[in-house]
Amino acid sequence: MAGTLLQLTVNGHPQTVWIQDKTTLLEVLRDGLGFTGTKNGCAVGQCGTCTVWIDGVSRLSCITLARTVEGRTVTTVEGLADWWRERHPEDVYHPLQSAFVAEGAVQCGFCTPGMTMAGAALLQEIPHPDREEIREALGGHLCRCTGYEQIIRAVAAVGDRGKEDVR
Amino acid sequence: MSKMHEVEAKPTALLDTMPRIDAWDKVTGQALYADDVRWPHMAYGFLIRSPYAHARVVKVDIEAVRGLPGVLAVLCGPGSVAAYGIMPSTQDEHALAAKKVCYLGEPVVAIAAETLHQAEAAASKVVVEYEVLRPVLHPGVPKSHTALVHPEHPTGNLFKAVDLEFGDMAGGFLDAWTREDRFFYQGNNHVAMEPHAVLAYWRPDGKIEVSSSTQAPHYVQRELARALDVPDYRIRVVAPVIGGGFGGKSEAFPHEVAAVLLSRECGRPVKITLSREEVFYTHRGRHPVSMRVRTAIGPAGRIRAMEFDTELDGGAYGSYGIASTYYTGALQPTTYQIPAYHFHGERWYTTKPPCGPKRGHGTTQPRALLEIHLDRMARALRMDPIALRRQNLTPPHSVTVNQLEITTSGLAECLDAVEARSGWRERRGQLEPDRGLGVACSSYLSGAGLPIYWNPLPHSGVRLAVNRDGGVQVFCGLTDIGQGAQTILVMLTAQALGIDSQRVRVYTADTGMTPVDLGSYSSRVTMMAGNATLQAAERMAALLLHVAAERMGVAEVDVLRKGEDFLVPMADRITPWDDVVKWAEEMQGPLSTVGGYTPPPALGRYKGSGVGPSPAYSFSACVADITVNTRDGRVTVHHLWVAHDLGTPLNRSMVEGQIRGGVVMGLGEVLMEAQAFNPDGRHRGPHLLGYRIPTILDVPEIDIVLVGEPEPRGPLGAKEVGQGPLNPVIPAVINAISDAVGIDLTETPITPDRILRALHKQERGRAQ
Ligand code: FES
Ligand code: FES
Repeated sequence: MAGTLLQLTVNGHPQTVWIQDKTTLLEVLRDGLGFTGTKNGCAVGQCGTCTVWIDGVSRLSCITLARTVEGRTVTTVEGLADWWRERHPEDVYHPLQSAFVAEGAVQCGFCTPGMTMAGAALLQEIPHPDREEIREALGGHLCRCTGYEQIIRAVAAVGDRGKEDVR
Repeated sequence: MSKMHEVEAKPTALLDTMPRIDAWDKVTGQALYADDVRWPHMAYGFLIRSPYAHARVVKVDIEAVRGLPGVLAVLCGPGSVAAYGIMPSTQDEHALAAKKVCYLGEPVVAIAAETLHQAEAAASKVVVEYEVLRPVLHPGVPKSHTALVHPEHPTGNLFKAVDLEFGDMAGGFLDAWTREDRFFYQGNNHVAMEPHAVLAYWRPDGKIEVSSSTQAPHYVQRELARALDVPDYRIRVVAPVIGGGFGGKSEAFPHEVAAVLLSRECGRPVKITLSREEVFYTHRGRHPVSMRVRTAIGPAGRIRAMEFDTELDGGAYGSYGIASTYYTGALQPTTYQIPAYHFHGERWYTTKPPCGPKRGHGTTQPRALLEIHLDRMARALRMDPIALRRQNLTPPHSVTVNQLEITTSGLAECLDAVEARSGWRERRGQLEPDRGLGVACSSYLSGAGLPIYWNPLPHSGVRLAVNRDGGVQVFCGLTDIGQGAQTILVMLTAQALGIDSQRVRVYTADTGMTPVDLGSYSSRVTMMAGNATLQAAERMAALLLHVAAERMGVAEVDVLRKGEDFLVPMADRITPWDDVVKWAEEMQGPLSTVGGYTPPPALGRYKGSGVGPSPAYSFSACVADITVNTRDGRVTVHHLWVAHDLGTPLNRSMVEGQIRGGVVMGLGEVLMEAQAFNPDGRHRGPHLLGYRIPTILDVPEIDIVLVGEPEPRGPLGAKEVGQGPLNPVIPAVINAISDAVGIDLTETPITPDRILRALHKQERGRAQ
């Protein structure tokens, strides 16, 4: 089988993985590198559980071909806290992670990695999002457990941290 | 903005704001779900599934596959040594179809290979010859022998018929005003976000290790033992972190049996993970049910008698079908007093994925019709729908006509709450055109009173240990499927022992390590595992008190607790928890207590009386505020008010999450979800675009009110909350649509085309 070597940075560390033409980024992360925090809820771009950041932009890793991320930087839920700490050494975790815990936004947790990555990306873009902006940003992320309200509250709570800039 | 309203002065447990103990693992990506678990040198399994809904398997040629790159094992039917199934009386499943396939997607061949891609590539080389038969898509007596799903089944395609009668039916209907209504409730899928996955290892010593996304490890262990003809004790089933269940992971599945068998063949651990499409074909979700109800009403709107018929489209195999069938008749009398009641239920085999339990198991469909029916009667009688319901409420501390024992009930308060908060009296009938308000009630079990297989043993067992490090370990077979069961156990243990919750660790869902708990279904875990935990913890508390008294040389009554400390005020002595624990170990050896819970005996003594009893029932009511767009048929839900009686709420945040999740799932069922099939038996859309579930954009404002009093049988007064709040949402929305535009809908989901059709029909009726 034809294959090729892929080089990329995942959660701050350079990685080299052997991939096939059709290997997805999700497969690289979960099966190749063991970053199983990123979930596979559908494999075809319809649920949002596989959301990661590619160069800081939130993307569905299940429909991202691995060969398209050559040389790029990927952040997964496992690396979210590190990413935040680099910019905010006073914190151990991303405030959205703490907010998800505090607001009861987590039930089974299967949607949580995708939700947190998408929510954190939103907060980068819009530091103080209102409800509508939050709903808009998470519109493609399915959660079967929570009814979404506590997730909205968690994102809003971080946005409400007033003067504190979440960037 | 949605708010959580509380009824004042509610007694609550001390730790009711504690965050879930597994939340951090889930937000950091540390939590390991079944597909995340890896065992050394594991192989990947893949199932070849039938492309036909109904066919004879003529020939399976697996020889071509052996020796292909990476292929380690290949198996064809029947796979299992004996037929198995969750209900002891209907064991009709095999892991792999040998002679016949009875639904599209039924597994026929299992392959294990070094990689998933190799397994899939090998699968394309397997040749299976089928003789295609006509699919059986609807309940009913078939015209020809070839349309029998299981030709050996004694009653043809009729899986099971049940019939129950209570009270004086003839008298009830005599000289009474009656009304009859019919409804078809479409089937739907759980759509837990985590697709099923299993990792199985047949060890060289013959012991079998299984890690599977299951709600009921104990039942999976039992079923595997039967399917494989291996003693139970050789099988260990562990449920890792579970990404939602909702009933869809409550029994053994073909992929679980197949993974074990493949592992035996190749000597390596084998993982099988289902795709989303496979989940839709594996199903075990809500049964499609055709229903008919006829009620006799007396003066002042009192129900005199009711007959209720249900016809369940069961799909290809039994699953929980007998229980599902009885449940379609069981809980009508828990909300309303019905002096005479006749129930007839039938479940039919069809060649579709088997149906089973989904949140609300078997009670959701009849609840929808019953509440719609009540509204239509209220309209005919020119009564307010809430007033009609109030006339008929089953009182607290009573026994229903079908011998169910009702303890506490806050149903009247539920109605009061949603009536007041929705502005029902002021607003109903005064709304702008095409906008309406609808109401519905419901009730659900706090755990099934009887186990799936008859046995006199506890339904839940807990072993509790206190270590010299001052920590407490709680072992219980329950499964946390996302509802927060582990957290509840920590809270109850900490509360009963008077210690910080940080000291408590829970070990769950492992048949090799924990005492049996029957599993996470029927909203039973807080009630049953909770009570078992309290018993074990109270025994431990007593033991420690005894030790403390003895060592301090005083009587037990002289020892008080202050925080974690043991206090003897008269001697002015304070001994910390850690010291008492060491004393106790010194005197008694390693410290351990046990607790168990068995529900109170059911009152009914008739055949079928095993389905319906529960230690206690939750109650709910819902008002929906909606607008119908009469041009495009779309329904906008503006607001839902939900009141729920769950006794004492143990953890407010988790209670709120359960209610919101259930309510939104109900919204999906009523407005968008359908597990529907094409004439060839193919699912109409086995993916999340074809089968839409509510997104964040579909959720209206939801106001939640908690009512009720502590339930004496519940742990610290708690009743269930996981399933009940789903049920009233569906009929409340349908009743609101009737209120808005005056149409009577006859089936779910209420899609725009159905609304438009009903509106046209209404117009034609008016024109004539
Ligand atoms: S797994 Fe990628 S969107 Fe569902
Ligand atoms: S928490 Fe279970 S899917 Fe969102």
